[in-house]
Amino acid sequence: MVVSQLSIFLENKPGQLSELVNVLAVYKIDLLALSIAEAQDYGVLRIIVDQPEQTAKLLRDKGWVCSLTDVLAVTVPDAPGSLTKILSVLADNNLSLAYSYAFLSKSQGKACIILRVEDNALAAKTLAAAGIEA
Amino acid sequence: MGKYYQPEIETMPREQLKALQSERLVQQIHHVYENVPYYRAKMEQAGVTPEDIHGIEDLHKLPFLSKNDLRDAYPYGLLAKPLKDCVRIQSTSGTTGRRVVAFYTQHDIDLWEDCCARAIVAAGGSNEDVVQVCYGYGLFTGGPGLNGGSHKVGSLTLPMSSGNTERQLQFMEDLEATILCCTPSYALYLAESAIESGVRDRLKLRAGIFGAEAWTEEMRHDIEDKLGIKAYDIYGLTELSGPGVSFECEEQKGMHVNEDHFIVEIIDPETGEVLPEGSKGELVFTSITKEAFPMIRYRTRDICVLNPTPCSCGRTHIRMSKPMGRSDDMLIIRGVNVFPSQIETVLLNQGMPANYQIIIDRVNNTDTFDIEVEMTDALFADSVAAIANKEKEIIAALRAMLGISAKVHLVAPKSITRSEGKAVRVVDKRKLY
Repeated sequence: MVVSQLSIFLENKPGQLSELVNVLAVYKIDLLALSIAEAQDYGVLRIIVDQPEQTAKLLRDKGWVCSLTDVLAVTVPDAPGSLTKILSVLADNNLSLAYSYAFLSKSQGKACIILRVEDNALAAKTLAAAGIEA
Repeated sequence: MGKYYQPEIETMPREQLKALQSERLVQQIHHVYENVPYYRAKMEQAGVTPEDIHGIEDLHKLPFLSKNDLRDAYPYGLLAKPLKDCVRIQSTSGTTGRRVVAFYTQHDIDLWEDCCARAIVAAGGSNEDVVQVCYGYGLFTGGPGLNGGSHKVGSLTLPMSSGNTERQLQFMEDLEATILCCTPSYALYLAESAIESGVRDRLKLRAGIFGAEAWTEEMRHDIEDKLGIKAYDIYGLTELSGPGVSFECEEQKGMHVNEDHFIVEIIDPETGEVLPEGSKGELVFTSITKEAFPMIRYRTRDICVLNPTPCSCGRTHIRMSKPMGRSDDMLIIRGVNVFPSQIETVLLNQGMPANYQIIIDRVNNTDTFDIEVEMTDALFADSVAAIANKEKEIIAALRAMLGISAKVHLVAPKSITRSEGKAVRVVDKRKLY
């Protein structure tokens, strides 16, 4: 499934993440997953929320710099070997991965893997051909 | 060699000096009026003709020139000699993208080098000395100016240019340099490196001539103690020639202005009115001997005080204090002139709003130069590598514009300090004045 991920610029200083997360809490935005890519002076916070468009608008209004990026969300059994199966399909088809992170799904016994690839449709089709529903 | 490089000029009785200035000013105004349409138009606008100028008492009637005029007239608009008579250009920062380009005939180079030679002799230099010049060479006037002055004195000249501290110290020791010419911050850096590497006690240095940036008396004492030398100040600007517009003598109490070449005034930076001797105000110079690029009442934006009291060194030329500040927003960072407007130009060229703050400090005697830039939607990307690439582009564009490197830090939107709604563009933590 293609989902809209929200990426937010955070300056690398104490309290920045806390401030952002607090906004989400105040507006009762459900945070499903979170990952941070960090550089020297700043980081890029990537989150999956239930209402990405509205959340982006809210954050922009409050002065944050953010963007929406389509990523692939793949739900797999929460069991050893699930991730390696996905990654080997991508590797075998020469599809490169920019980044990835995972979280436990709300459905019992399932995990959700977020994949940032160049072409979501192609990756989804390739995974489907290998029997992985993306 | 004696105590003065050109004793008959440097110790000329003041009445005689003033008469010489008057004579040269009258000639210069005719020269400029006839050869520089840009300045003639300014004079016409002010309702002054060369016939109104009989001597230095009429100087105040003439219109000022400023850095904006240099920008508007770039590159040839203020040239007063045919290009075929010019032999050199030097250059310094402008307020925006365009640099200031100054032209020299051989006569102009000679008088500039004479001024630098006076400074070297005033610092005790002679043809017995080995002068190590570690100002930058090239478009910057520091290296070429002191290099030429050292030649005139007949000193052995080491044209080191800036940087490569290890090699500087090796030559200083092996070739027994006696006079060091560089920025005061680099002198301190060299001093500390010399102490650290253990060569300090093997050096033969006696004196140093330091300029191109602001420095305090404390810094002077620090350099003198660490290197075991006497540290002399020198002042100048590319628009007028380069270093050597004024220089310190052994008294180290103000810099003697080379008044046979430059008439100095102090004005109120707000009203332009000439202030009485001894007042604090903006320095204004008129170059009365330069042929190719004469400056008439050029506003330096440096805030200073003139001291007309006779100096015990025997020189009769008036002394100016160290600059005590600026009447504009120019910064001198590692000896290089930087205008905040240049940074603004770069950011706008990169398609970014000019939300930035310059932070300057001095750490281990070297200026640090950091620029915080507020993140924008256009600059932001989901990928850190993409942001880093954009950051590199900004750094390269700044370096191309300013000639020195700055560290760029991307910060959160609206995080730059705003005072009464107006962003604070410069935070200078150095103690310069």
